[in-house]
Amino acid sequence: MNIEETPLPGIGVRRELLLGNGRRVGVVTHRDGQAELIVSRADDPDACAASIPLSAEESAALGQLLGATQLISQLAAEQENIAGVTTHQILVRAGSRFAGRTLGETHMRTRTGTSIVALLREGDVIGSPRPDQVLEAGDMAVIVGTDEGLAEAAVILQART
Amino acid sequence: MDPTTLSLLQLGVVFFGLGFLGRLAGRIGMSPVPLYLLGGLAFGHGGLVDLGGIEGFGHIAAEIGVILLLLMLGLEYTAQELVTGLRQSWLAGLVDLVLNMLPGVAVALLLGWGPVGALVMAGITYSSSSGIIAKVLGDLGRLGNRETPVVLAILVIEDLAMAGYLPILTAVLAGVSLLGGLTAVAISLAVVTVVLLGALKFGHIVSAALDSPDRESFLLKVLGAALLVAGLASAMQVSAAVGAFLLGIAISGGTAQNAQRVLEPLRDLFAAMFFVLFGLNTDPRVIPSVLGVALILAVVSAATKVATGWWAARRQGIAVPGRARAGAALIARGEFSIVIAGLAVAAGRVPAELAALATTYVLIMAVFGPVAARYVEPVVQLVRRRPAPLPAETV
Repeated sequence: MNIEETPLPGIGVRRELLLGNGRRVGVVTHRDGQAELIVSRADDPDACAASIPLSAEESAALGQLLGATQLISQLAAEQENIAGVTTHQILVRAGSRFAGRTLGETHMRTRTGTSIVALLREGDVIGSPRPDQVLEAGDMAVIVGTDEGLAEAAVILQART
Repeated sequence: MDPTTLSLLQLGVVFFGLGFLGRLAGRIGMSPVPLYLLGGLAFGHGGLVDLGGIEGFGHIAAEIGVILLLLMLGLEYTAQELVTGLRQSWLAGLVDLVLNMLPGVAVALLLGWGPVGALVMAGITYSSSSGIIAKVLGDLGRLGNRETPVVLAILVIEDLAMAGYLPILTAVLAGVSLLGGLTAVAISLAVVTVVLLGALKFGHIVSAALDSPDRESFLLKVLGAALLVAGLASAMQVSAAVGAFLLGIAISGGTAQNAQRVLEPLRDLFAAMFFVLFGLNTDPRVIPSVLGVALILAVVSAATKVATGWWAARRQGIAVPGRARAGAALIARGEFSIVIAGLAVAAGRVPAELAALATTYVLIMAVFGPVAARYVEPVVQLVRRRPAPLPAETV
């Protein structure tokens, strides 16, 4: 995969991918660190259909969502034949009650019947985390369970202090 | 009333009024520069109210305004970006220079303003407003567009060209002989080269010397250094503005970003004063007589910028809509045209009509430029008689 890097003098730098369908997807990183997601237009590949400013937290979450698709599809494939069980990803937001506390403290299994099977942190995967694993803001928790259980789990993980 | 009290009252009125004008400009999404000029026109000689009391402060404030404008221009691009830009886009820069100086030269010669007037007008029609253009590109969400680096590269080269043009202008305005002028140019080109190469290798030393964790002392050090360098350059008959500009280039990295942050409010204040003073010294009663010329010049020099952008974008393999966008983006002129006209007026070597023409021209271009950049796409669509593009996909 070829990432094209173009300096934008006075503004920052643009990094983009040329997709198989001819469109461009990339990120403009401003000098002050502000990131902007860009997607080229279908009818005019030179122009942009969207340029969306992202906060640091949002870019990290988006990166994890994309990086995690492989892991998720793998997990989903494994659970295909178990009826009623699905996989969800839930973001531990900054300000969440459990940011900075251990997994055990959430009592997730006891309260919702779901299991946290992995944590995605800054592009890394922490597989089968133990109860003493500390959660951090920005972590993406990959959770397996029933639909009701997953809804409850989302409420717990995203509750504010 | 004692003069100090009068000055305070008048300055208060001016800044207060400018504040409202700036807010208005922000509301309608345009550069405040034309409104500041209008404000100056309204308050100046022959205007609605005569504000003679601020000229003592205004004079030195306007000088500092020019120095800060050029210092910030130098800070905007790193030495690396300037060198890369020069290497990759010098041809586009040359086309830009020739195409866009010509209309100014032609007008000056036709009006009988002689070679000095021609040199001044060449600079006025040449220099795009990097401030307006960078803002418009960001506002229109075009930073991801393929033609945007082409536009930015041209701005970078114009930036560098200033380092050559301003010393020539200063020398010519000072009325030195051909030999003296060439010496000034040779000195400044040598200095520019040394500063550029020095900034590449030793920029961090200049930056480290100026850097300070304390905001207040950092501000004073940077401002002091800028005024010192500008004064020295001025004493050497090289333009003060160029000195500040070169200092801006030499400051690099994080120090440059911090300097931009702390200097921005000062720049806004003093530059506003500079624009107002320029307006003050322009007699609004002369404007009607130059309006026709200004309109023709605006049309022609808009066309030459579009041609420049079109040509440069085509060389990069960009399609027709992108070429039109690049061209239209470059139309805006603003602060640097007024800086050039201001230098000329201060030297007293040009007719009063030039100040009026420059003001009128910048008023038109600073307003028309962003509008053209925004509406060029539908116009191109219309001309090419194609159905409107499908609504953007859900992204």
